[in-house]
Amino acid sequence: MNFKYLTNGIIKENPTFRLLLGMCPTMAVTTAALNGLGMGLSTMFVLIGSNVTISALRKVIPDSIRIPAFIVVIASFVTIVGMVLKAYIPVLDQALGLYIPLIVVNCIILGRAEAFAFDHSVGNSLMDGIGMGLGFTLSLTVLGSIREIFGVGSLFGIQLFGDAYEPVTLMILPPGGFIVLGLGIGIINWITVKLEKRKEEKSKAVSTEEVNA
Amino acid sequence: MENGTKLWVSSSPHIRSDLTTQKIMLNVLIALVPAFLVSVYVFGISALLITIICVATCVLTEYVFEYLRKKPITISDLSACVTGVLIAFNLPVKAPWWLCIIGSVFAIAIVKQLFGGIGHNFLNPALAGRAFLLASWPTRMTGINYIPVDVTTEATPLGIVKEGLDIALPSNMQMFLGFPGVYGAIGEISALALLIGGIYLIARGIISWRIPTFYLATVLVMALFFGEDPIFQLCAGGLMLGAFFMATDYVSSPTTPVGQIIFAVGCGLLTMIIRKFGGYPEGVSYSILLMNCAAPLIQKYTMPKVYGISSQKEEVAE
Repeated sequence: MNFKYLTNGIIKENPTFRLLLGMCPTMAVTTAALNGLGMGLSTMFVLIGSNVTISALRKVIPDSIRIPAFIVVIASFVTIVGMVLKAYIPVLDQALGLYIPLIVVNCIILGRAEAFAFDHSVGNSLMDGIGMGLGFTLSLTVLGSIREIFGVGSLFGIQLFGDAYEPVTLMILPPGGFIVLGLGIGIINWITVKLEKRKEEKSKAVSTEEVNA
Repeated sequence: MENGTKLWVSSSPHIRSDLTTQKIMLNVLIALVPAFLVSVYVFGISALLITIICVATCVLTEYVFEYLRKKPITISDLSACVTGVLIAFNLPVKAPWWLCIIGSVFAIAIVKQLFGGIGHNFLNPALAGRAFLLASWPTRMTGINYIPVDVTTEATPLGIVKEGLDIALPSNMQMFLGFPGVYGAIGEISALALLIGGIYLIARGIISWRIPTFYLATVLVMALFFGEDPIFQLCAGGLMLGAFFMATDYVSSPTTPVGQIIFAVGCGLLTMIIRKFGGYPEGVSYSILLMNCAAPLIQKYTMPKVYGISSQKEEVAE
């Protein structure tokens, strides 16, 4: 097990802000922080399950029919999530609605199965599933929180401002989702560029020191 | 470069216009003066206050954004002033101060500067600001908010038509002059004042005649087609303001003659379709924004053929 795969998905290869995967649920369910969190956790469960299963079966699944095989595995986990949500958290099930069964076609899950789990060990696939799932959950919760704070004036359903606050309705409409996502991508890119520059300067400083020495 | 006798070698273009962005924007501001005077006459001091808040916020936002991004400060080109005035002209007279500020900040920071500043915004900033406000605070941007406090009328002319209210519409002469008894967004009420400004801009060569002419003509034809009063449809709502001052925005409209005509006809069709079938009484702002999105495509397919190059050669080159 390599722990570098765990942190990979959180900032550096964040599925939402860096890889731009799974945009459909991102846009659709992040109207409230709780929906974002619920969607993120559901996806994370499916992602971990499918990553581990596919990685374990990677020697058995023939290359030519791997996509149908992936889909069967993913669909099984999605069915489990759907049933659990219906049985225990019906409120969330109603809020997420159609987007729960649609996790099957979420490109993060298929993408990680294809790009990672199919040629990595079970342990590393588990790490990747947890990391990517956390990254997705984190970004969906952040997006949902921002949109809920501005668009409704509350966070996780708790009213934040007084009655005088008039919520920016646009933020919970589709354009608001695109605006927040775009700004989020911009900020993450800006941070990444800054960090890389700092790293470069450091390595340069080190190399000049070596030369001087 | 002091000795002018030397041969000056430079790449084309060799003839440069002395028309700067600042001069263009100054002319647009001059052209907006008649409509501004009418708005102050009809709405009083609040129209003046809203305009001042919007212009100040726009200029300040542009300055702060460019200062933080360490870019050259372009507030002296007056484009932010024009955006500010146009946002104010699109607001209802009862707009609270924070509505003016949020709309202006959104227009300049998000729509204009984030896309690269002047010359790079694919939407008209003022209209996008208005659309943002309308979608965010619909109750503040519709209906009764357009009517001053001391007036008994309940709706704008287009609102009366849309809701089918049992209120007498203003006469065509009133609609054309913009008063008395005609209400709407601050700067859009007087068709005459906007027409004077628009003709001034065309006469000075600042805007091309194509977009406003074809825009208004399309609305006229569509009004006749739908059996509506064409004079009323031409003078109502933000059509004059949109046709002369917003659809003609250099950045967000096509530059080819044919493209401009397609753009303007599209604006006209969408405006009348929204007025007739849409949920909102007025469709000028959304129609221009939609055509703004289509402008790059229109531009691409209406680029004139370069003389002397056959289409076959072009394909090979591609």
